[in-house]
Amino acid sequence: MPTPPNHSQIDPKDVQGLVRFGYKTLTEGCYLLLRIRNAAAARAWCAVAPVATSEFMDHPPDVALQVAFTSAGLRALGLPGDVLEGFSDEFLAGLADDENRSKRLGDVGASAPESWQWGSPANIPDVLVMLFAVPGRLAGWRDMLQTDAWKAAFDLMHCLDTSDMGGHEPFGFVDGVSQPAIDWEGARNSGASQIQYSNLVSAGEFLLGYLNEYGKYTDRPLMDSSDAKAAELLPALDVPAKKDLGRNGTFVVLRTLEQDVRGFWRFLDRQTQSNAAERQQLGQRMVGRTMDGDPLVQESAAPIEGIPSGPQSDSNRFTFDQDPSGTRCPFGGHVRRANPRNGDFPNKPGWLLPRLWSMLGFSSLGMRTDIMASTRFHRILRRGREYGTPLTPAQAVESAPADDAPRGLQFLCINANISRQFEFIQNAWLMSTKFDGLAGESDPLLGNRTAIGDGLTTDAFTIPREQGVRTCIEGLPQFVRVRGGAYFFLPSVSALRYLSRIGD
Amino acid sequence: MTSQSSLMVAARVNRGSIGPLRALLATMNRAPGQADPDNPLVPFGKLANLHFSRFVVLDDQTLNDITLYGLPRKEYPVYLAFLCDFDGGVASFLNDLLDCASPGLRQIFSLCEDFTASTDLRRWIRRHNLPIATSYVNWPGRTMKQVREEALLHQAIAAYLNANSNQLAGQPDHQVWAQVRQFVAGETGAGRLTLTPPAPTRPLTALGNLFHLVGAGLLIVLLGPLVLLLVIFIIRREETTAPVYAPRLDLEAQQKLSVLEDHEFTNQFSAMGSLKPGLARRWVISYILWLIEWTARHLYTKGRLARVRTIHFARWVFLDNKRRILFASNYDGSLDSYMDDFINKVGFGLNVVFSNGVGYPRTRWLLADGASDEQKFKYFLRRHELPTDVWYNARPSTTAVELERNSRIRRGLEATGLSKAEAREWVQLL
Repeated sequence: MPTPPNHSQIDPKDVQGLVRFGYKTLTEGCYLLLRIRNAAAARAWCAVAPVATSEFMDHPPDVALQVAFTSAGLRALGLPGDVLEGFSDEFLAGLADDENRSKRLGDVGASAPESWQWGSPANIPDVLVMLFAVPGRLAGWRDMLQTDAWKAAFDLMHCLDTSDMGGHEPFGFVDGVSQPAIDWEGARNSGASQIQYSNLVSAGEFLLGYLNEYGKYTDRPLMDSSDAKAAELLPALDVPAKKDLGRNGTFVVLRTLEQDVRGFWRFLDRQTQSNAAERQQLGQRMVGRTMDGDPLVQESAAPIEGIPSGPQSDSNRFTFDQDPSGTRCPFGGHVRRANPRNGDFPNKPGWLLPRLWSMLGFSSLGMRTDIMASTRFHRILRRGREYGTPLTPAQAVESAPADDAPRGLQFLCINANISRQFEFIQNAWLMSTKFDGLAGESDPLLGNRTAIGDGLTTDAFTIPREQGVRTCIEGLPQFVRVRGGAYFFLPSVSALRYLSRIGD
Repeated sequence: MTSQSSLMVAARVNRGSIGPLRALLATMNRAPGQADPDNPLVPFGKLANLHFSRFVVLDDQTLNDITLYGLPRKEYPVYLAFLCDFDGGVASFLNDLLDCASPGLRQIFSLCEDFTASTDLRRWIRRHNLPIATSYVNWPGRTMKQVREEALLHQAIAAYLNANSNQLAGQPDHQVWAQVRQFVAGETGAGRLTLTPPAPTRPLTALGNLFHLVGAGLLIVLLGPLVLLLVIFIIRREETTAPVYAPRLDLEAQQKLSVLEDHEFTNQFSAMGSLKPGLARRWVISYILWLIEWTARHLYTKGRLARVRTIHFARWVFLDNKRRILFASNYDGSLDSYMDDFINKVGFGLNVVFSNGVGYPRTRWLLADGASDEQKFKYFLRRHELPTDVWYNARPSTTAVELERNSRIRRGLEATGLSKAEAREWVQLL
């Protein structure tokens, strides 16, 4: 097979910082959802926007700004239609514009776009500006940014505030433990089979313009080099004669997920007759981790590619191979649904004949073996932030004050192919009522509990036991409600510069 | 065992009748593309042996693609296709079908070219029933009756377990097995559950199968080297230059297809296209479909087509003197996840068949690459997809994996004794 040109280096100065950094020390943050008031002014702002990049610095910055656009936003900015069409269908259609997509993603009932606070078809922002800052700096900095030029360019539709819950999500569990490691150096042989689960993922899964896990370049808008405005864009690595609007850019999925933290812990409390230890244990089974973030399964004896050795990664060094019957981490546990952590073949065939045997399907005749495989094609980088005030489980089961404000997650993920990454995970794994041979249940945290077909309920949660019958918990209420969301393009620095000049 | 058979009636439709035909077909639906089981034209729900059925207008939008080879566009007729997958033989199914749907079928088929008020419906259907090149049945022998009985069995057991969860908690596997077995015996004794034993295989069917296993198997082995030569000397050279044409379908057309999907867990897929020109291609695909047919009949009979566990029924049918081909399947999940499952698990299997179609992403030695150009492959398939006007599924929202689970539960109950490991495995099914 002819090896496609490999990227020897990705210029971090051209990549927005969020792809590489979570900006964890910048604990203050907000997401500004903007409408373009004046295209020329918006372009002028793009030319000077102080965007933080992925370049490593001795000290993390005090403030960081990131900017992304919906397809409506790119159109409003003046991007020609034929260029825009080079973006993926799901980006063009948007998160909420297609009933069928909403159905697939589970955005129905109480989570249906019609009731969203932002992002419903009539309410789609053009621009997303993300601001992160060290404690005490956000408000002042945000004011500073609202220059006359800004005000001429944008109308503020919505400001999504965030809060710092110290690395925990609102239900109280340590979050963000499992993240794919991006292959910045191009060390992975993209496109080759992966026998073992690997956490190192081709750069093309998270950045446009580079080889993805299939060893291909994900489609994105390419432009003729003759277009003078495109001069500043980088060339496409697969078609050097073309300029690549996507290169070093990627897609951002932002969703406001309101979490009924009180409902969650109260439900668990009822299920366990208010036994605090059991209550926590049941919650941990649903999440698939302890509240401190430790996995429920044993640490993998062998190293896992893309997970550093050393104690700081202990809670991520596992697969579910150690737990084939789900007695430690239930099949339906949230982290198991979100990333089943498997390689390309069942039984990990070492050499040619067993591999052939495996390919032909003769090595996986067990009830659950090989229902799904190849998780490497379905990974996302999560960069979400919480909002609202935290609650401990004990506080959550007490009666709520009259002015109890909503809390939840501004879920944000990064991927180069929204349909194969975010949408697949959401549809085929998390919200699926048939995930991994299960039936009658979807994600214990995220599920919308909507009956399917002719009234089959989906509100159960099954906990397999090492001996005897599984425990089946029925009647799970909906704990998470989608309140808004959209798909954005996160351009590279050079693409942002190009966008600032499309009106010239 | 009762074998599954299928029917595919294909009859020409006048271009002018396509609109009225689609409008008529739409009256059979309760949601876009979803048949109402009680619709007055073809009340599918009354056909106890029917697994899946569909009406699809075979109006190929890709006929221009052959011009990539410098050949002139060839006009082909538009067909109305009516597909059914059912238990038992064609004759008895036709009896049932005509008993409950004759007037409706006459009304539908009257929009086909050669159907008049005086046409003998049964003979007309027989005459228009196309031979199937390859058919795949998830679990040959599993009848609708069995599917229904085993689903009720699973439901009853689940309800029993939940009602007795306190008493059962902590009981060892064997005890659980014995107790459930006793419960089921009580239920069947009281007539609340029925588990009909499988019908004996008819001697003629068994003989036919054996003959196919050996005869077709031998022929496949003997012809293998010849096909290999074709691949080495003709296909390999051809595939390096064959035009690839897999543009993305425009959003609007895409959404027209997707409104017909995701109403329940199982979905339909219909696609058609022209074969690459040349006899070599036609011989190779004929051989390969024959080989797949053989493996589907003798090897992949237990819920898996190679590694794929999401197909209920699927088939390939040649049209127009093997110039064109139709693929129709009934599968679990959304189309994107179905395609991902295929690409990642059996990309080589997709390549050996679909790469014989005009425009398919470039393959290497017929087996490699192709589908692993994931986006192009998906565009190619979407572009060749046909809107399935009417689709009926007799076991809505039940995946093939669940059907297998139910059968395994039953098998465990019918065993006279289980080892410790078997008992563990059985209890985990519940």
